[in-house]
Amino acid sequence: MDDLLREFVTETSESLDVVDVELVRFEQEPNNAEILGNIFRLVHTIKGTCGFLGLPRLEALAHAAETLMGKFRDGAPATREAVSVILASIDRIKSIIDALARDQREPDGSDADLIGELERLCQRVGAPAAGVESKPAVTTSQAIEIEDVAAPCMDGTQPAGEVDTAESVAKAEPKGGNQSIRVAVDTLDHLMDMVSELVLTRNQLLEIVRRHEESEFKAPLQRLSNVTAELQEGVMKTRMQPIGNAWQKLPRIVRDLAEELGKQIDLEMHGAETELDRQVLDLIKDPLTHMVRNSADHGLETPAERRAAGKPECGRIRLSAYHEGGHIIIRIADDGRGLDTARIKAKAIAQGLVSEADAQKLSDAQIHKFIFFPGFSTAATVTNISGRGVGMDVVRTNIDQIGGTIDVKSVAGAGVSFTIKIPLTLAIVSALIVTAGGEHFAIPQIAVVELVRARGGSDHRVERIRDTAVLRLRDKLLPLAHLATLLGLGNGSDHEQGYIVVLQVGSQCFGVAVDGVFHTEEIVVKPMSSRLRHITMFSGNTILGDGSVIMIVDPNGIAQAIGGTVSGQLAAAEVAESKPMESSAAETTSLLVFRAGSPHAKAVPLSLVTRLEEIDAKTIELSNGRHMIQYRGQLMPLIRMNEDVRVKGEGPQPLLVFSDGSHSMALVVDEIVDIVEDRLDIQVASDTPGVLGSAIVKGQATEIIDVGHFLPLAFEDWFRRKDRPARVERRSVLLVDDSPFFRNMLTPVLQAAGFKVAVASSAPAALEMINAGETFDVIVTDIEMPELNGYEFAEKLRADPRTAAIPVIGISSTVSAEAAEHGRRAGFHDFVAKFDRQGLIASLKEQSELDRVA
Amino acid sequence: MRNKTDNINTGEYVTATIDGQLFGLPILRVQDVFMPERVTRVPLAPPEIAGVLNMRGRIVTLIDMRRRLGLRPRESDTAAMAIGVETRGESYGLLIDAVGEVLKLDDNAREQNPVNLSPELARVSAGIHRLEEQLLMVLDVDRVLDIDARAAA
Repeated sequence: MDDLLREFVTETSESLDVVDVELVRFEQEPNNAEILGNIFRLVHTIKGTCGFLGLPRLEALAHAAETLMGKFRDGAPATREAVSVILASIDRIKSIIDALARDQREPDGSDADLIGELERLCQRVGAPAAGVESKPAVTTSQAIEIEDVAAPCMDGTQPAGEVDTAESVAKAEPKGGNQSIRVAVDTLDHLMDMVSELVLTRNQLLEIVRRHEESEFKAPLQRLSNVTAELQEGVMKTRMQPIGNAWQKLPRIVRDLAEELGKQIDLEMHGAETELDRQVLDLIKDPLTHMVRNSADHGLETPAERRAAGKPECGRIRLSAYHEGGHIIIRIADDGRGLDTARIKAKAIAQGLVSEADAQKLSDAQIHKFIFFPGFSTAATVTNISGRGVGMDVVRTNIDQIGGTIDVKSVAGAGVSFTIKIPLTLAIVSALIVTAGGEHFAIPQIAVVELVRARGGSDHRVERIRDTAVLRLRDKLLPLAHLATLLGLGNGSDHEQGYIVVLQVGSQCFGVAVDGVFHTEEIVVKPMSSRLRHITMFSGNTILGDGSVIMIVDPNGIAQAIGGTVSGQLAAAEVAESKPMESSAAETTSLLVFRAGSPHAKAVPLSLVTRLEEIDAKTIELSNGRHMIQYRGQLMPLIRMNEDVRVKGEGPQPLLVFSDGSHSMALVVDEIVDIVEDRLDIQVASDTPGVLGSAIVKGQATEIIDVGHFLPLAFEDWFRRKDRPARVERRSVLLVDDSPFFRNMLTPVLQAAGFKVAVASSAPAALEMINAGETFDVIVTDIEMPELNGYEFAEKLRADPRTAAIPVIGISSTVSAEAAEHGRRAGFHDFVAKFDRQGLIASLKEQSELDRVA
Repeated sequence: MRNKTDNINTGEYVTATIDGQLFGLPILRVQDVFMPERVTRVPLAPPEIAGVLNMRGRIVTLIDMRRRLGLRPRESDTAAMAIGVETRGESYGLLIDAVGEVLKLDDNAREQNPVNLSPELARVSAGIHRLEEQLLMVLDVDRVLDIDARAAA
């Protein structure tokens, strides 16, 4: 009986969580019979089991709730009041279950109040009557729902064979043929620990065998190794759970809060299927709940305040989760009033966290970070919901424990967004072991694109622009830094001696020079000590096969550090800090700064430049009134930026080479100044052809050059050769991007490729154009945009029959496999990196051709 | 050790010398005493962090107590010892010059820090005991481990 009771308690608790979520959904969609059927079945099962186990109190309450729900199912309207009472009943059932788990018997007490209320509502709803009536209906609905509803509403551990027509009997005797079994979490944890140890031991053995060339252990060890790998993967899989499990309770919590606070709150959840290790999941569950509560209570305004601020009355809390480079990013954003910077500052001063004088020097972002300090809460009134002084510091402690980080971005009046970055699992990854500055390091294999040796004369060369090294890799220029330098271990060896590990983070590609490369190894990731976790260059540490400890390099940290060339890490941290939320214009871009025709600085995104060349001016020839040079067996036209640029008669002539397939052209410049990493934010647009506008780059006003303008000057048929659509009618494309820079940069490129281009600065603006009757053959949209992001935009387009068939191409500065997958689900036909001009054009051709065929 | 309940005011302390000064650590906080081997430096770490090492499958963070306490740096050829402590599930090793005997001290006899104690020492000291030949400073382990990573970086 004990086992039976325990199983009942576990299962019922799970079912009740589902009921919670479903009820909130039901309230929003009262006509959805499927949801109602779901709820009804769950409550009915509870009732039935209670009867069987002899739990009269639970049975009576469940029965009354079921009766009322029966009315809804028979068509009575579900009122807010009725749902509230049912939710209250569910809560009561939960508390009884809790007591049951503790004392093995039902607690004393009466539920007459709730039962009375339920019955009263039943009467009022009016349908002919009592609970007995609904009985026959129950069994029929039961039979229908079994196939389609049973599985999704339970988690994976629910025995599939268990759902049976005589539900109470099924509980009593679990049958053979079950597809899954329940396993205690402790068992899995223990298994995982053992596997981690096994991996370490296996690595040790491999290390020993590596030293003995001819060993009879080699073959069996290889087999052991393979089996270990599979075992490891299997055990890891058993521990992965969708993050949605941690979110399950949130809709209910938000609903209750909204009710209590008199607010309207819309909770959006994206990426609920993102899986992560259950150990990690357990630890973030409470922080997430707490933060959502916070957003609802402090973040969102009352409907009246929102109306006054010109926002929709219904506030929005947006929860999203996705994978990025071995981490999981969870974001909680609201569109409320934002953090109260002045009050946080005042409180920080009052609590002695910072002196008044120092506080004046802090940026808003730095002030916002005070909310993570112990005992910090700014809620003016302590409400029932939050503001009890145990706030974000607790959240941060929990996240610290699992080696994660939390960051906050707030824009006054526009909302707050918290970004939590946590490791995917506290487990095992494949890593490349390298040496730099006399120390060994592990670089996660997932971020490594390729390994090259740079030597003079080969296709990959290391070049210097002032003090900045860049790697010329085939037709790309990549920023390059030595790992030893990045880690403050001296200057490292000459780039030409060692290896260069090409890493990719999002769409950012860069080279990291190391002194030597050893081998790859499966490493067990252990979180950094909390005293060392502030070092952004490392994501953790590990014990190698030989027993030594080494640091695991965090590619994200390296990417940031490579950005700030001069002031290194600090500058990069500053830049990251000053990013306003979710604005693509704020992302940093590698810019090539040069001078041409005037002493003023000019710049062009480095990723657009194919090569930097310095040629002997004597090799420049004049042909057909144009400057040309012979370059790699072809004639390459030289274009002057403007009349003031002089093509030199002798000496070295610097050139920026742009290539597109077989065509290359070069822009003649006076001097290449530097490569810098900065936000590209065009502040003053320009009328001058060839100049997009002016931006501040490293504190200097700089002209941003429109490469798209110069390409057709070199070849009149640039982009129009083979890939120009044969038809006379031009395909039309709608370009949606909130960044004026990208709109300006892509428009001429697309026009040159033969498209008719319309632009919109936001998704709502684009939808307006569509609503106004404009039609497009293809839509190209940015992903990171305020208001409506690219995914939501695509979903909206899919939902509208007028636009459902239009191919949509997503462009993003971060193209990861996950993002692409997310995009496909949202309805994107293709996904291209922002700077990948050729990729975009190829994709456009393909999509508009497909469209034509269809 | 078994007698520690004889008098509730008596505490047992593991003693250690660091740069000639005698320190005491509450014995209940001490996990083990070991000779650190194969220490891995941690680039960009605060200067007090001497490195990390593997102790029976656990990663232990070593804290150079001389630096932590603002004392003279060690001459490189003297072999150091480490006292293992734990906090919030993490293992640390406090790098000291030599470990001494275990002393039983009356907590009531502990005196407050002299006001002219250096700030580095005052921050981590839980008080002073006057022994026959010398003074013993009782270390507050939690405060020793409370390295402000951000300030150091």
